[in-house]
Amino acid sequence: MDTNGNKYTFIYASAMVILVAAILSITALKLKPAQQKNIDIEKKQNILSSVGIASTFADAEAIYAERIVNSYIVNFSGEQIEGNAFSIDLKSERAKPEADRKLPVYECKTDEGVKFILPMYGAGLWGPIWGYVSVNDDMNTLYGANFAHAGETPGLGAEIATKAFQEPFKGKKIFDGSGNLVSIIVAKSSETAPAEHKVDGISGGTITSKGLQAMLLNDFTSYKAFFTKKKQ
Amino acid sequence: MSEGLFSKKNIGLLAGPIGSNNPITVQVLGICSALAVTAQLKPAFVMALSVTVVVAFGNVIISLLRNTIPNRIRIIVQLVVIAALVIIVDQFLKAFVYDVSKQLSVFVGLIITNCILMGRLEAFALGNKPWPSFLDGIGNGAGYGLILIIIAFFRELLGSGTLWGFRIIPESWYIANGGFYSNNGMMILPPMALITVGVIIWVQRSRNSKLQEK
Repeated sequence: MDTNGNKYTFIYASAMVILVAAILSITALKLKPAQQKNIDIEKKQNILSSVGIASTFADAEAIYAERIVNSYIVNFSGEQIEGNAFSIDLKSERAKPEADRKLPVYECKTDEGVKFILPMYGAGLWGPIWGYVSVNDDMNTLYGANFAHAGETPGLGAEIATKAFQEPFKGKKIFDGSGNLVSIIVAKSSETAPAEHKVDGISGGTITSKGLQAMLLNDFTSYKAFFTKKKQ
Repeated sequence: MSEGLFSKKNIGLLAGPIGSNNPITVQVLGICSALAVTAQLKPAFVMALSVTVVVAFGNVIISLLRNTIPNRIRIIVQLVVIAALVIIVDQFLKAFVYDVSKQLSVFVGLIITNCILMGRLEAFALGNKPWPSFLDGIGNGAGYGLILIIIAFFRELLGSGTLWGFRIIPESWYIANGGFYSNNGMMILPPMALITVGVIIWVQRSRNSKLQEK
């Protein structure tokens, strides 16, 4: 057989590509449930980490089941709506107009009372950044924060995922004395802001820092009605 | 007469790449990934295993197909085989060793560009039967893996004071705890992997006169 003819080459290439595509699709489909389970466990670890609970891959699900006592979705006017908070895809929610967004809330039982954990999603320098912020039941003081990123610069923007950056968020306030939403200022050294709203940004990671600041402001604004409702 | 499965020649195929024909230290292939994933033993081991699986099965598949592959598109065929195997390995890692797969991140995908793979497929599997090709793949994967593990051993021990995540240097030795010892932060960075490779090459060449250039 002439293995160098055009016809043979075309048929060979086509058959190979279709066969390989089929094999890959089957593998991906078969492994999907196991992969999704891993992603879910990681998400649970991140949620727990925002209230300062450390968990390992093995025990995260058990701790999550014990600590997260309630989770629900609220809308822009702070009303609770139907749905499963855990399965909300933040990226697609952010693409919707504010009034249609579904906003997940997790309630976590800690040694210092119930904390409200809110997921955040925004843009860094190179790609998306996201995280979980926990708020005390005064609906104003932050209890903890956990941030992650897809591909920020290691050593610069990527520092948002470190404890050193996240720790100072604890105790910061979202609202000022007269009830206006100020959110958190992730400040450059030259910037001034009231201490209760300010955390230090990352030198060399200004765009990521400011992206994080914008993410917090955006998402706290979405939750504003929910905060007001809870405070009453 | 057909030769035995483990004839002298076949054993040579297996052992050669581990020693005197090592893909990293002698042929100096696959260096980039050797620098990237060797800060700790566990990811280095998983990477070594993944590359071994991909190169062994890639060799067998190409060897089985060798008489049917149109010569003009043989490189494309090789790439498709490698890419498919790498994606399958990546999917398995994500499903069963998620934390390691996160650490290896893009480097699993970059196995596709590892020169050792294309090199073995083109130079060996295209002209040999499946069994010798399989041994050649295992040998090259093991030779690559061995160097990775040696580098990772020194980098993790000196850079983090641990091996496979277990503490080797006692906590009480550290300056922070009133001791005299501190980790060498340089070892964590890729340049020290390169220097470690250099030292391994130096040791190997000084002991094996065949490798010394005149």
